[in-house]
Amino acid sequence: MILPLKLEDVFFVAAGRVILERISAEIGAGPSTIILGANGAGKSVLMRLMHGLLAPASGKIRWGNGDAARLQAMVFQRPVLLRRSALANVTYALKLARVPRAERERLALEALESVGLAAFAPRPARVLSGGEQQRLALARAWALHPEVLFLDEPTASLDPTATREIERVIQAFDAAGTKIIMATHNLGQARRLGDEVLFLHQGRLVERAPVEQFFSRPASPEAAAFIKGELPWV
Amino acid sequence: MEGLAEAARGALRLIVSGDATLGGIVLLSLGVSLSAVLVATLVGLPLGAAIGVGRFPGRRAVVVLLNALMGLPPVVVGLFVYLMLSRAGPLGSLGILFTPTAMVIAQTVLILPIIAALCRQAVEDAWAEYEEQLRSLGATGLSAALTVVWEIRFSLLTAVLAGLGRASAEVGAVMIVGGNIDGVTRVMTTTIALETSKGDLPLALALGLVLILLVIALNAAAAYVKDAAQRRYG
Amino acid sequence: MGLILRLLCTFCLAGSASAQPRFITVASTTSTEQSGLFKHLLPIFESKTGIQVRVVALGTGQALDMGRRGDADVVFVHAKPLEEKFLAEGFGVKRHDVMYNDFVLIGPKPDPAKIGGSRDVLEAFRKIRAAQAPFVSRGDRSGTHFAELEIWKTAGIDIARDKGPWYRDTGQGMGPALNIAAGMNGYILADRGTWLSFKNRGELGVLVEGDKRLFNQYGIMLVNPRKHPSVKQQLGQAFIDWILSPEGQNAIAGYKIGGEQLFFPNSE
Repeated sequence: MILPLKLEDVFFVAAGRVILERISAEIGAGPSTIILGANGAGKSVLMRLMHGLLAPASGKIRWGNGDAARLQAMVFQRPVLLRRSALANVTYALKLARVPRAERERLALEALESVGLAAFAPRPARVLSGGEQQRLALARAWALHPEVLFLDEPTASLDPTATREIERVIQAFDAAGTKIIMATHNLGQARRLGDEVLFLHQGRLVERAPVEQFFSRPASPEAAAFIKGELPWV
Repeated sequence: MEGLAEAARGALRLIVSGDATLGGIVLLSLGVSLSAVLVATLVGLPLGAAIGVGRFPGRRAVVVLLNALMGLPPVVVGLFVYLMLSRAGPLGSLGILFTPTAMVIAQTVLILPIIAALCRQAVEDAWAEYEEQLRSLGATGLSAALTVVWEIRFSLLTAVLAGLGRASAEVGAVMIVGGNIDGVTRVMTTTIALETSKGDLPLALALGLVLILLVIALNAAAAYVKDAAQRRYG
Repeated sequence: MGLILRLLCTFCLAGSASAQPRFITVASTTSTEQSGLFKHLLPIFESKTGIQVRVVALGTGQALDMGRRGDADVVFVHAKPLEEKFLAEGFGVKRHDVMYNDFVLIGPKPDPAKIGGSRDVLEAFRKIRAAQAPFVSRGDRSGTHFAELEIWKTAGIDIARDKGPWYRDTGQGMGPALNIAAGMNGYILADRGTWLSFKNRGELGVLVEGDKRLFNQYGIMLVNPRKHPSVKQQLGQAFIDWILSPEGQNAIAGYKIGGEQLFFPNSE
């Protein structure tokens, strides 16, 4: 099990500014975790630090046992797909994970089915709609059956219908046992999909609580202001 | 103006007459330049891609140098390769001076920086888009770089065509290392130079027009292939 | 793709010396090649012996340097003092006279230096300098350039010191230099062979000829295999022997442009 993920006094600095300050948390298996905060609070940076795309200026980020690199995946706000068919995008990820060639196509088709894109398998990925592309990105991430799935504002660029489709897929993955860690600034989405909330404000972890408790009885003034909609940006 | 019209008529006559000597010269020109482009592409694309995604000390200096080498004067390259291949030089025992092989080598040296530098720029620009996603999927180093190269393969075609243009147009390098030997190393550009120096300007101009038409035809063919492939793969 | 690979393979094979037909490399001068002599001569030799002759045409100085580097098997140029120096340095085996032609002093029809019709090239050169008329020089260490410098010297003119803007040192072959002279209506010393086959004459014509100082002797030498073991001694000597033979000498005499003979064989 690569969880729990332990963050100890993590700092991140860029261009002379402190983006994240003294973040400490232990994220365990089970409940889906929402990283919540206004734009500029540091959510995306925290996601990338956890996933290993960035290195902290100081502090430690530690996974549990196992091949942490292989057993996690990330879906970004805008999906980056290769100029190939939908199926080939998924088999590419499987190839990188050294899945034997004979297995790749089968696993890829399964993944496409799980997001409802099986019929699109031979289509060039780049001609799909925004929502379909994001579903494809999810399928690609899912194909390796990761233990942890990071999602960085996955529906921020999508219309309501596409957003609902993506949320359904995420909920299905959650139900299947994948640990969901998702960053969003969308309160409704956080309530729909999350079990617990880590609330970031100006680079600090200000509050952590189960989702209903966070929304009905926020402990910190910043969280309260944010929920009331008075903190659109930092 | 009249000279130009006469040259155009001359060019038409040359093409239509199917003169065997001219045919041989045209085939040799194509063979030398296309071979040089092939080798320079095989070496230059990975080289440019590696520099494009790589981060190492002195990288900026390498990029500046690579860009500067695009402007290598052909006659200087010819001189350098000549001194290498001369019997009095280090590679003299190969005995390939004054052969088409020497001409291919000289042209390869000339256009390698062009293809590598243009590839480097294109890959670097594309890398900004692909880096996070590819690293998230576990693609690293050369594998990631080559994936990006394949992604932008149609844009890279322009870099390859730039190299082809430079190779077919130059006379300095092939003149020195080839010796402009009748029937052996005489190509279109050296023939034009010879006819000019003999004072047969109409013939030289007519040959020049044939050369330009040839290069246009090559570019048109490349554009057609590119469009067809793009329609297939998106 | 397939065509390219096939062409590439052809070059690789063509490039490797061992897969070659028998051939020699001859370093000669641009004026000799541009006169068209080789196109006339070489097919006769090649069909008789099966030896392909590959001519690299440069200025005399460069051609001899090619011999010094061992990049040629035979040198065939026209500047006797330079050839003898080459021999003395040990780079050549033996020097043979092959043929001669002459130089002609070319100039524009308006003839500002008033030298037309004369047979005294020294006097003509003096008049050109006095009139500061545009004069185009090869400037490229060729046999023609060398001859031109000799004439200035014999005429008592230190051209290196006395040259002014009227003297155009171009550093080019005979053809390009003639192009320049035609373009600026200047005077120029040229070998008759190149002049006869030169097409871009403009207003130029032959003004001075027949002076014995305009005599232009061609010589041929085998590059010394002891200096460069890669020299194809037997094939190169076969070519030299043929050029000097009655058959070769007749072939040289048989080369004409517009009915006019360009080169006059004079081997021993």
